[in-house]
Amino acid sequence: MKMIQCVSPKTGGTLEVFGMDVDSHQREIKSRLGVVPQENNLDPDFSTYRNLLIYARYFGIPKHEAEQRAEELLAFMQLEEKRDVLIDKLSGGMKRRLIIARALINAPELLILDEPTIGLDPQARHLIWEKLRSLQAAGNTLVLTTHYLDEAERLCDRLVIMDQGKILVEGRPEDLIREHAGSDVVEVERTQKATACLTGLGVTYDVAGDLLQVFTDRPHDVARELLEVCRHEAAVTVRPATLEDVFLRLTGRSLRE
Amino acid sequence: MIEITGRVRSVWQRNLDAFLRTYRVNFIPPFIEPVLYLLALGFGLGTYIETVDGIPYPVFIAPALVSISVMYSSFFECTYSSFVRMYYQKTFDAIIATPVSIDEVIAGEMLWGATRGMIYATLMLPVLLIFGVVAMPSSLLLIPFAFLAGLLFASIGMCFTAITPGIDALNYPSFLFITPMFLFSGTFFPLDLLPEPIQYFAFAALPLTHVVSINRAITLPAFSPTNLFSLAWIAAATVLFFLLAIRLMRRRLIV
Repeated sequence: MKMIQCVSPKTGGTLEVFGMDVDSHQREIKSRLGVVPQENNLDPDFSTYRNLLIYARYFGIPKHEAEQRAEELLAFMQLEEKRDVLIDKLSGGMKRRLIIARALINAPELLILDEPTIGLDPQARHLIWEKLRSLQAAGNTLVLTTHYLDEAERLCDRLVIMDQGKILVEGRPEDLIREHAGSDVVEVERTQKATACLTGLGVTYDVAGDLLQVFTDRPHDVARELLEVCRHEAAVTVRPATLEDVFLRLTGRSLRE
Repeated sequence: MIEITGRVRSVWQRNLDAFLRTYRVNFIPPFIEPVLYLLALGFGLGTYIETVDGIPYPVFIAPALVSISVMYSSFFECTYSSFVRMYYQKTFDAIIATPVSIDEVIAGEMLWGATRGMIYATLMLPVLLIFGVVAMPSSLLLIPFAFLAGLLFASIGMCFTAITPGIDALNYPSFLFITPMFLFSGTFFPLDLLPEPIQYFAFAALPLTHVVSINRAITLPAFSPTNLFSLAWIAAATVLFFLLAIRLMRRRLIV
């Protein structure tokens, strides 16, 4: 991400943004990018509104144009009430919204977001998702990294799953789910009886902690067989497969620290 | 290559805006400091001293007070304050995501440090005039010279900021470099009272010595050829530390 943003030197290979090399055209690339960093780096010495104006100055945007744009962005991000409040007085969700507004100050052709909703409560996340979707609908290109797979599933048209710096798969979220997990998941408690039953039925399953998971396109058949053929007594859950299932199947369950 | 464009101004302006937002507290030191020093040292202790090399004691220390204020304001701006912006507030990270380069951020910080020194010298001047310890109009030269001297101290400060492991370690240059300079640069007593090797040391390695020497020539006024040597020394050291600060900061920040 930092190499795309032209703030870290390229470690190898070739990298072009807007068809320009990141080593030789840093300023041109950066002037057309919007960046939402993971870490809050708003300027604590200034108010919400002045944060936008001062950031506009770094892009060399003329003052009257910056003022107009700042007002529009405050309205778009629902921050008008906090216009003259210092950054310290904003909630986590407001700070994130302001950072997104700040990243839009130069009307970027490409918006890069690094974990845009990390650590936010559900209301704040939903508001940010709504804003990002309206940016998408207006034809903007967004590149987003996230560990929240529900977020990726909601927002992404095209998704790349990476692990340890390697690309594992890429595609549309629904295609990836169908391809790598199937339509549904049947989950049962991991008992000897259940294990034996599934093996006996010739059904392949995954072990996930104290659960057995069967990824299948015919979940009700599997559930019925478990209940009827094996007289399974504990709960059997059927749910739609998610991107999280795909991610865990592809990257494994061990902690990556 | 170091490439610095007009965008450096946006960084400088950001710091000026922050300074003006809290102007009340920022404007107190340049008014209060000279009053306190002149009363305690100039007119208190000074009654026992009367004259130094034929100069009344308050008149002798007045240019030193300006030099010290410029040194403190520029040096501390580019050590503790810059470190806070760089490390805690992540302000530099936010700026380099825009077309402004890291070189311009650092240059803007140092130019701002110099400007702050110049603002302080400007604010002190009327106070010193009221006490009748500086001559006019030559003392107006204190103001432009404060920018050059300020740029030197800001650049030296930025070099320390670039290599310090944390904010606490900035206390080392403050106590081991700045405080000795405050006392042993011909500030409150003439340098020739010291043993000759220390005099040479002061002229070779303590920038404040040259700054005090020039400021004293300005306020008396009494210019001499040694002032030209001091001016050349300051100009050369400023260029050296300014470029060094940018190099060291690149090494710290580009990862």
